Amino acid sequence: MSIKKTSLNNLHIKYGAKLVEFAGYQMPIQYKYGIIQEHKYTRSHSGIFDVSHMGQLFISGGDDLTNELEKIFPADLKKLKTNQSKYSFLMNNKGGIQDDLIITKTSDGFLIILNAACKYNDYEVIKSKLDNQYKLNLDESLSLIALQGPEAKNVLNKVILGCDSLKFMNGNNYVYKNEKVYITRSGYTGEDGFEISIKNSDAETFVESLIENGSKLIGLGARDTLRMEAGLCLYGNDLDNDTSPIEANLKWAIPKSRIETEFVGSEVLKNQFQSGVKKLRVGIKPDSKVIARGNTKIYNDKNQEIGKVTSGTFGPSVEHPIAMGYVDNSYSTVNTKIFLEVRGKKIPANICNLPFYKKNYVKGEINV
Amino acid sequence: MSEVKYSKEHEWIKLDGEEATIGITKHATEMLGDIVFAELPEKGSHVDKDGTAGVVESTKAASDVYTPVSGEVIDTNQMIVDDPSKINEDPEESAWFFKLKIKDKSEMDSLMNKEEYEKFAKETSA
Repeated sequence: MSIKKTSLNNLHIKYGAKLVEFAGYQMPIQYKYGIIQEHKYTRSHSGIFDVSHMGQLFISGGDDLTNELEKIFPADLKKLKTNQSKYSFLMNNKGGIQDDLIITKTSDGFLIILNAACKYNDYEVIKSKLDNQYKLNLDESLSLIALQGPEAKNVLNKVILGCDSLKFMNGNNYVYKNEKVYITRSGYTGEDGFEISIKNSDAETFVESLIENGSKLIGLGARDTLRMEAGLCLYGNDLDNDTSPIEANLKWAIPKSRIETEFVGSEVLKNQFQSGVKKLRVGIKPDSKVIARGNTKIYNDKNQEIGKVTSGTFGPSVEHPIAMGYVDNSYSTVNTKIFLEVRGKKIPANICNLPFYKKNYVKGEINV
Repeated sequence: MSEVKYSKEHEWIKLDGEEATIGITKHATEMLGDIVFAELPEKGSHVDKDGTAGVVESTKAASDVYTPVSGEVIDTNQMIVDDPSKINEDPEESAWFFKLKIKDKSEMDSLMNKEEYEKFAKETSA
């Protein structure tokens, strides 16, 4: 299979991107400024992320779409207002996560944003669970661009007027160059920001106009350090087919109204709600400067293995190594002393609260 | 006059009599990106040619640092442990990694000179 390029590929090259293959796409890992500068620019100004490799799945049609989708996803879709978004999961029968995703109610159905590496499989799984009256469109004629950071709203408002009135986890239709764009206020950095779904042919000029208004392109490297500081999970690292949303400490994303109802994996989740889980995702802060990456083994003070790290890096804004991982539930309390095995040595660390970096999302119209 | 040579693992080595100073090349730092952690060998320990003698980590990944020659570690550069970003700033001068007392100068023979290394670095990063 040949490697795919997003509609911004020429722009990545123009701005000096180092390109790598990611989920079958040629993507920018960083630009000429480097990961730390890009990370800090996003936190202090605003950053543009090409996330066009992610799936934009539109589902419409039929008489009973909301009910049918509630049999698949553990979200409260009946309560969702038009243009409102929720974080949810596609699970397997064992309660494991096949993908984590954002569902938005649109005027004629639902839009689901899927991880790049999972999108084709997700499409098949969801299609197999819906009958033919429902229309699924994994729309590859659209690009997806995230604009994140404290200046995101001002920058975007200069290009598309009025979008700064959107509330967090809400979206709406706007017009750019006489074409419809769909914008949601959301993101993956721990900053206020937007995700803009735009026609492939308009993506390049749109991004250039964001750059002209003071924003900069940011690569996947900084996207990863930003999301880790924000305590957010990366599918494939922190979430997988053998991990449930409860174990992943994402219980907040399963609404109480759905616990007693049926959806894929609901039996397992119900059980875990009642009797708890054996392992739990936690934040981890090493005492020293040593970085514990994914797959680092975690030990207790009696040298017994109690879990493993799933993501770890140096946090450029918190200026300290950070990690997250899964530990035996009895070690999940904040401030529990643990040890990380890095290059044969046991490095002391503590269980800590997530996120490492405090969020700055916009709720209502007030910046909190 | 001191002689500077380069390894295929992107270390540079400067020899002054029996004393060798070793660090990583500017090209290596450009490939690694922002360095955020450095670990150096213990002073007084013995390192073997092509063996690991430290670690550098960028925001992306960890990489071993190899020694291009054998010898006894007589000094290490605490500055780069305290502030690893110095390695990106000045990799081939002040941000050296460790100094060795070497036994066998002939181990230098297989290493590249500046011109050869630049050609090698260009070819391997293409």
